Amino acid sequence: MATAKEIADKAERDDIRSRWLLSAPALLIVFLAALGPLLIVVVYSFLTPGNYGDVKWQFSTDAWVSVLFERDVFDDTLSLATAYLSIFWRSVSLSLATTVLTLILGFPTAYFIATRPDHRRDIWLFLITIPFWTNLLIRTFAMQEVLRNDGIINSALKLLGITDHPVQLMYTNFAVLAGMVYVFLPLMVLPLYASMEKIDFRLVEAGYDLYATRFEVLRRIIIPLVTPGIVAGSILVFIPSLGAYVTPRVLGGGTNLMIGNLIELQFGQGRNWPLGASLSITLMAIVMVALLFYVRNTTRSDGAHG
Amino acid sequence: MRPAVEAKGVTRVFRGTGQDSVRALDNVSVAIRENEFFTLLGPSGCGKTTLLRLIAGFDFPTDGEILLYGQDIAPLPPFKRPVNTVFQSYALFPHMTVADNIGFGLKMLGRPKAEIEARVDAMLKLVHMQELKNRRTSQISGGQQQRVALARALAPQPKVLLLDEPLSALDYKLRKEMQIELKRLQHETGITFIFVTHDQEEALTMSDRIAVMSSGNILQVGTPWDVYDHPAERFVADFIGETNFLTGTVENAGNGQAQVALRSGAKIRAIAAVDFRAGSNATLMVRPEHAKLVKGRGDLGGIIENIVYFGTDTHIHVRLDEGDVFMVRQQNSRSAGCGFENGTRVGISIGDDAAQLLKD
Repeated sequence: MATAKEIADKAERDDIRSRWLLSAPALLIVFLAALGPLLIVVVYSFLTPGNYGDVKWQFSTDAWVSVLFERDVFDDTLSLATAYLSIFWRSVSLSLATTVLTLILGFPTAYFIATRPDHRRDIWLFLITIPFWTNLLIRTFAMQEVLRNDGIINSALKLLGITDHPVQLMYTNFAVLAGMVYVFLPLMVLPLYASMEKIDFRLVEAGYDLYATRFEVLRRIIIPLVTPGIVAGSILVFIPSLGAYVTPRVLGGGTNLMIGNLIELQFGQGRNWPLGASLSITLMAIVMVALLFYVRNTTRSDGAHG
Repeated sequence: MRPAVEAKGVTRVFRGTGQDSVRALDNVSVAIRENEFFTLLGPSGCGKTTLLRLIAGFDFPTDGEILLYGQDIAPLPPFKRPVNTVFQSYALFPHMTVADNIGFGLKMLGRPKAEIEARVDAMLKLVHMQELKNRRTSQISGGQQQRVALARALAPQPKVLLLDEPLSALDYKLRKEMQIELKRLQHETGITFIFVTHDQEEALTMSDRIAVMSSGNILQVGTPWDVYDHPAERFVADFIGETNFLTGTVENAGNGQAQVALRSGAKIRAIAAVDFRAGSNATLMVRPEHAKLVKGRGDLGGIIENIVYFGTDTHIHVRLDEGDVFMVRQQNSRSAGCGFENGTRVGISIGDDAAQLLKD
């Protein structure tokens, strides 16, 4: 006869097996759809570019070398390549600026929605998500309409007599930034709203009751409680804006490339797939390192409150 | 003596959508004395919490004045009022330790660090929570959270402490303990407590004075003894404690006394606080513990319908000849049962001062 321990052990084994079975489809998708393609990218980055795109199955580290260095045409010496680095730098700084700006704009927006009566919040959230219904390209072209030389802003300025020459807005970093803030704002507002909605507003009242001014309540009660939303929103905005491709292409023109455009260029006209692959992996590495730092710092400072 | 808090003709109307607006407080005036344990008692929706929120400053009156030691505080925001609140759900800051919660008010007042620490320690001692100083508020039990909420509100030494049903989330035993604890704290600190509850037992055991509220009005203000034994009207008598109501016709009245004839012909002498005209209809109230079951004929007669045992006492429900149910509460003794059985005919005797006439 089975002892109680044997029965308990068997139950546990069954439990573990059914858990593996149940998560098998998800694991399969993760392997096929995430790790598989990634592996191909890693392999390609160590191959030689083919003549008409594609790759030759010949091991080479050239792609990786040229991410950071450029080979002198005459004496084959390596020197630090500034072209790609400056594009990486522009991408990171524009993405950071986008994240900060969407946070500054999104925070009050989310707060406003979270403090509306229940039945009206849905309407506001609905309005926030409306831009998602339209294709990104069309939204970006709409932004172009606002920014171009005889666009809405410049026409208004001329009409008001502030300038007689149109202000150059298109094909600048400003245009790219404006476009990205516009496109990614909902991605910041929604997670912020989600964590603000969970705040017990009696905590805010308790703060006021204990002599905290509006600013102190914001600083010491609301922001610490919304930290998970700030983290989530920043990640959701920072990552896609680092890889943004349509917006800088349309609004930044040829001179304001971002990493996304650079990578696309390698797989397209550049016909240098290994370089594109190594740039992609570099981008991923940057994102991962940035995330690790960010998440660890925010969670630690959250812990330090207590 | 100048009252600690005084409401003068306070009205608060909540505008709803369209036509319907709610008059949460309707021209309420009340004066709360210094160092008093004052309770606002009433069913939910009677306006007691609204009045508390007006005093705290979370809400503003539509009309009327709220005075704190003679000064009109109605225009002040909550963070400028020397008044602190213990919230129903405690509203402790989940991202802070117990000590940081308690010190929050003092920190916001800009007190020096050493003073805050000393005061936090004193508060922790006052509520017997020294060991849990550095815990997160999510790591302590409901009763402990309650104590932290109290300590947090008391730490800045407010002139008035507002308590919004602070015990309602606790289980029975803990609630009893905290009732005594609250009373002790009020004595030790000498702070005026304004306590909101819908629990009449809580109100009776803790308060110096009680204001009974119903649908935006204060019906009666008095000591627990006043409101229990001399309710001003039927609502108060019904809401506080258990009461038997009998209806009848006043036969004669005068000198604070009246004789009432019931439908069955039984005549009962009653106390009448206000004058009643002979011949008018009236409601009589008799507390269940002020009536006695007798084997023979009493002032009323009926048949026992139900006997409910409560440990300390027994409730006996009698179907009167008039048709109403009358409840008698009888103290239990250890050796014998209640001495009556279901279905038997009994009499009910009502003492001379047990019945009271009420206006409806």
